[in-house]
Amino acid sequence: MIELKKISKRFESRNILSDVSATFQKGHINLVIGGSGSGKTVMMKCMVGLEEIDEGEIIYDGQRFSGLTKKERKPYRQQIGMVFQGGALFDSLNVEQNVMFPLSMFTEMSLEEKRDRVNFCLKRVNLPTAQKLMPSELSGGMKKRVAIARAIATNPNYLFCDEPNSGLDPRTSIVIDNLIKEITEEFNITTIVNTHDMNSVLEIGDKIIFLYQGSKWWEGNVDDILRTDNKEINDFIFASKLAKGIKKV
Amino acid sequence: MFVKDMMNRPEKFSIYWKQFVRELDNFGYGSLGIVALVSTFMGAVITIQTVYNLFNPLIPLSAVGIVARDSIILEFSPTMISLVLAGKIGSSIASEIGTMRVTEQIDALEIMGINSAAYLVLPKVVAAVLIFPFVVTISMFLGIFGGWIAGTASGVIPSVDYIQGLQNQFIPYNVTFAIIKSITFAYIITTVSSYHGYHTKGGALEVGKSSTDAVVYSSIMILIFDYILTQLILI
Repeated sequence: MIELKKISKRFESRNILSDVSATFQKGHINLVIGGSGSGKTVMMKCMVGLEEIDEGEIIYDGQRFSGLTKKERKPYRQQIGMVFQGGALFDSLNVEQNVMFPLSMFTEMSLEEKRDRVNFCLKRVNLPTAQKLMPSELSGGMKKRVAIARAIATNPNYLFCDEPNSGLDPRTSIVIDNLIKEITEEFNITTIVNTHDMNSVLEIGDKIIFLYQGSKWWEGNVDDILRTDNKEINDFIFASKLAKGIKKV
Repeated sequence: MFVKDMMNRPEKFSIYWKQFVRELDNFGYGSLGIVALVSTFMGAVITIQTVYNLFNPLIPLSAVGIVARDSIILEFSPTMISLVLAGKIGSSIASEIGTMRVTEQIDALEIMGINSAAYLVLPKVVAAVLIFPFVVTISMFLGIFGGWIAGTASGVIPSVDYIQGLQNQFIPYNVTFAIIKSITFAYIITTVSSYHGYHTKGGALEVGKSSTDAVVYSSIMILIFDYILTQLILI
């Protein structure tokens, strides 16, 4: 479980996050939604320690994470998997080497054991034969799947996904969403997903947090979102005519 | 701060070793073609121009060999080749690391708990510092050889005079001085270029700008340190 207690973040004089508090449960998919520039990515970067918060606390399973030094954060880092918006696969390494990289860096596994683990992870993301492909040879959806495989290679307790569906067609988006959901439940991970994909919200959101202008504006689940009369969230989620029609039904 | 981050203890030596070997091959073997071409023609031009300038019955032709040798060893091989390599290697380092920055690959390393500055930069610095003296030494031989070919082929200086000049008043310390310069320049090129790449923000346009800045600042630093080292060590 990850807790945020009144976290704030400023870039120069601009407030990006203001007093955001939230709890992200283990074994569930916690969605963070909001428009572009609402502070989703900054919040995720603060949660994983790529950015430092100015105020508040970030707590991982009862242990304070914010304010720790790089060295003190190391044990946490190895429990964190992250899927970046563009995949962030290492260009110079093939798929197998990409997934194997964290295993080579932090475990004493033999090459055979590492290969078995890589094959398991690639099979889990439905890419059992992609080992020797280079990132430049992969489609957008395949890159995201390899990134998920790399993120789960070290059996993390926390999985962060920053807009895993961006740039993907609706069908591939659903595949990625379902994959994240299955992995979360199968490995009992605390998963946090940033998205502004309405399908994701309705399909896999166990818990949804809506950020608006850097503040937590709304919190609930899928059923709540369909019933809410909050103007900002309705404007965001049900922006299209089709979605408005769904909401009415 | 950046250099301090870079000097941290490697997470796993074997991974850094692989990177180091890759960079060694990249900086050494990968640079040989351009170094050979530039050095040979540079030596040829120096020899012919020296003959042209020293054309005097009172000056023995062997002086051409002395001048060409010392110009190549003291200045042209360590400094000119380092400037050429600042263009080739410096831009490559800055664009490689800059692209990794804008595509979040460096963030991915940090998330895994890897010291990205050390992992990306340290193998490059160590590899360059070790391989540059060899590259510069090869350049010296090729420069002098280019001068001999050009001088004898064009008939401006007989082979025996050129070789006699090469052997006259040879000061081995000059080679040591050139090696010291090449090590310093290797450190400058790799750290300055890595710094510019590592601190890239934005997209493709900024990667290109970082790459240009890396070459410009490396070249300026090389020229400044060339002067400082010459003043400190040679005089």
